[in-house]
Amino acid sequence: MSQIQEFEKVLSGSDTNVAAFEEHGKSFVKRAQHFLHSTPAAVPLIVLVLSIIIFGVAIGGRFFSSYTLTLILQQIAIVGILGAAQTLVILTAGIDLSIGVIMVISAVIMGNCAITYGMPTILAVLLGLAAGAACGLLNGLLVAYMKLPPFIVTLGTWNIVMATNFIYSANETIRDADVDAQAPLLHFFALSFRVGSAVLTAGVIAMVLLVMLLWYVLNHTAWGRHVYAVGDDPEAAKLSGIQTKKVLMAVYTLAGLIAAFAAWVSIGRNGSISPSAAVTDYNLQAITATVIGGISLFGGRGSILGTLFGAMIVGVVSMGLNMLGADPQWKVLLTGVLIIGAVAVDQWIRKVSV
Amino acid sequence: MAFASSASAAGVGACLITKTDTNPFFVKMKEGATAKAKELGVDLKTYAGKIDGDSESQVAAIESCIADGAKGILITASDTKGIVPTVKKARDAGLLVIALDTPLDPIDAADATFATDNLEAGKLIGAWAAATLGDKAKDAKIGFLDLTPSQPTVDVLRDQGFMMGYGIDVKDANKIGDEDDPRIVGHDVTNGNEEGGRKAMENLLQKDNTINVIHTINEPAAVGAYQALKAVGLEKQVLIVSVDGGCPGVKSVTEGVIGATSQQYPLQMAALGIEAIANYAKDGTKPKPTEGKNFFDTGVNLVTDKPANGVKSIDTKEGLAKCWG
Repeated sequence: MSQIQEFEKVLSGSDTNVAAFEEHGKSFVKRAQHFLHSTPAAVPLIVLVLSIIIFGVAIGGRFFSSYTLTLILQQIAIVGILGAAQTLVILTAGIDLSIGVIMVISAVIMGNCAITYGMPTILAVLLGLAAGAACGLLNGLLVAYMKLPPFIVTLGTWNIVMATNFIYSANETIRDADVDAQAPLLHFFALSFRVGSAVLTAGVIAMVLLVMLLWYVLNHTAWGRHVYAVGDDPEAAKLSGIQTKKVLMAVYTLAGLIAAFAAWVSIGRNGSISPSAAVTDYNLQAITATVIGGISLFGGRGSILGTLFGAMIVGVVSMGLNMLGADPQWKVLLTGVLIIGAVAVDQWIRKVSV
Repeated sequence: MAFASSASAAGVGACLITKTDTNPFFVKMKEGATAKAKELGVDLKTYAGKIDGDSESQVAAIESCIADGAKGILITASDTKGIVPTVKKARDAGLLVIALDTPLDPIDAADATFATDNLEAGKLIGAWAAATLGDKAKDAKIGFLDLTPSQPTVDVLRDQGFMMGYGIDVKDANKIGDEDDPRIVGHDVTNGNEEGGRKAMENLLQKDNTINVIHTINEPAAVGAYQALKAVGLEKQVLIVSVDGGCPGVKSVTEGVIGATSQQYPLQMAALGIEAIANYAKDGTKPKPTEGKNFFDTGVNLVTDKPANGVKSIDTKEGLAKCWG
């Protein structure tokens, strides 16, 4: 009978703390940097609040009214929804230049199916959504399986989809009155609700709900964390068992589907359906909202709430400058400053040494 | 100007260069040119920019036409100043160059210009708006939905023409926005589409929600403005006037969305242009401008179902029969 070995007895005297980084004697700047690093939507939120305050002071009550602020929301609903789609793609370190035209072709398909071919409106909407998802799927296949750079792929599909849109539609606008008469469901997102002097449209509510839903998915589901992981380091993600190709495919397809959803919202806002909208730079506006919202173009960093704030910042600035009677070019100039500022802040935050 | 139709134009090459081939206005122009070319046996090639403002494609198109040995070029220029040196090259090579719809800058950089009198188009809707409002015209609140910040000629002519027709002092007639008439609420730009029209209308309502007259650069912008008004329940309070006379626009007049619109005739412009090239190929004659103007006026009609005293107009039935797009 040997004695019980007591090799581990000595452990009782040892330190039982888990390894941790010491955080004392940090400067305020360091702490601020750390806070911003852990809450990526904070910077755009601060900028948004500041810009509302600045214009509120400069213009006064007319700007700082619930009516004006909700009008800004109506004006950014489409770009906000597209920005949500763009965010998913940018989180995977990709970029989608084609979502703007995917939106337009989806709207044209919805309109033609419902009005020109006389299908039931709900079927027309589903076909439009399917078309958007199909365009996204094509992007996803080319990026994930053909291993082509996203910028090149979507530059190509942008041109292809835009041309297809014009060839298919002969650039004929479907009129508001015809939509009203034959397919009022297409105008669903124009429904508005008054709360005092605030006016919210179904499109604005859809944008907020969509962003909330995506925020939940990105932060609290396995798939959502996979999206971040793929964007942060695809090799590491693959080694840890994530099916990176499938994640990429799903992200691009979902972006196309959301763009088609934005199409439905845009029919509500514009009334008529015009294929000419394909030359409007919707995709650049969406990228702008995303970048100003603190989503890193290097992938894997940023919060989708930031994108919503980013879109709002652009909306507040353009409405504010309009009401001040500024030349429209100042709006463009200031947007450029905001983009560069946002990326500079992002880089500074990345330097945080926790 | 009546051309003797000549069947001897076989083998004559002509080019039509438009800003885009997607805008219904240019689609109609192409139809008019193609039909006339077929009738006269002219060999027509058509070119277009990728988007409005794409001048580079137009330069390349002119160069192709010169290389092709064409006899003449019809062009709606995207960049009216920038295209001039290339047009000069074509004229030096012996081609007849006719500007359609959009005059070059200077206007005599082309051999001839076949266009709508946009100032007249503006004056018609301005006079109609003032006559329709009657006594209320002198304390109206007027908003202007223009095209782009760069104030292209067509934008200035329509905007300032409206003011002249309405009875507003335009100050410098080559400039939008230098007026000080208290009735003017403001100007905003639409890019000539629905989305821009809606946003611009929302912006003007932010300035003053008692607006009751709106001048719009074209019908898509007008329809967008109507959306914004409908959203806040003000569509009954506002009189909207526009320019173009496209079929969807004329239908909007029928429905009461737009009060009146000035209709132009792109098909006519292009057909006359082809005839002019055929004649030039035959005996070297160049087209002459309309009496008292520096361009050939292809006509404009006010389309409305609510005719006003002292302003000549046609009804929407006739407007629909003559519309384009």
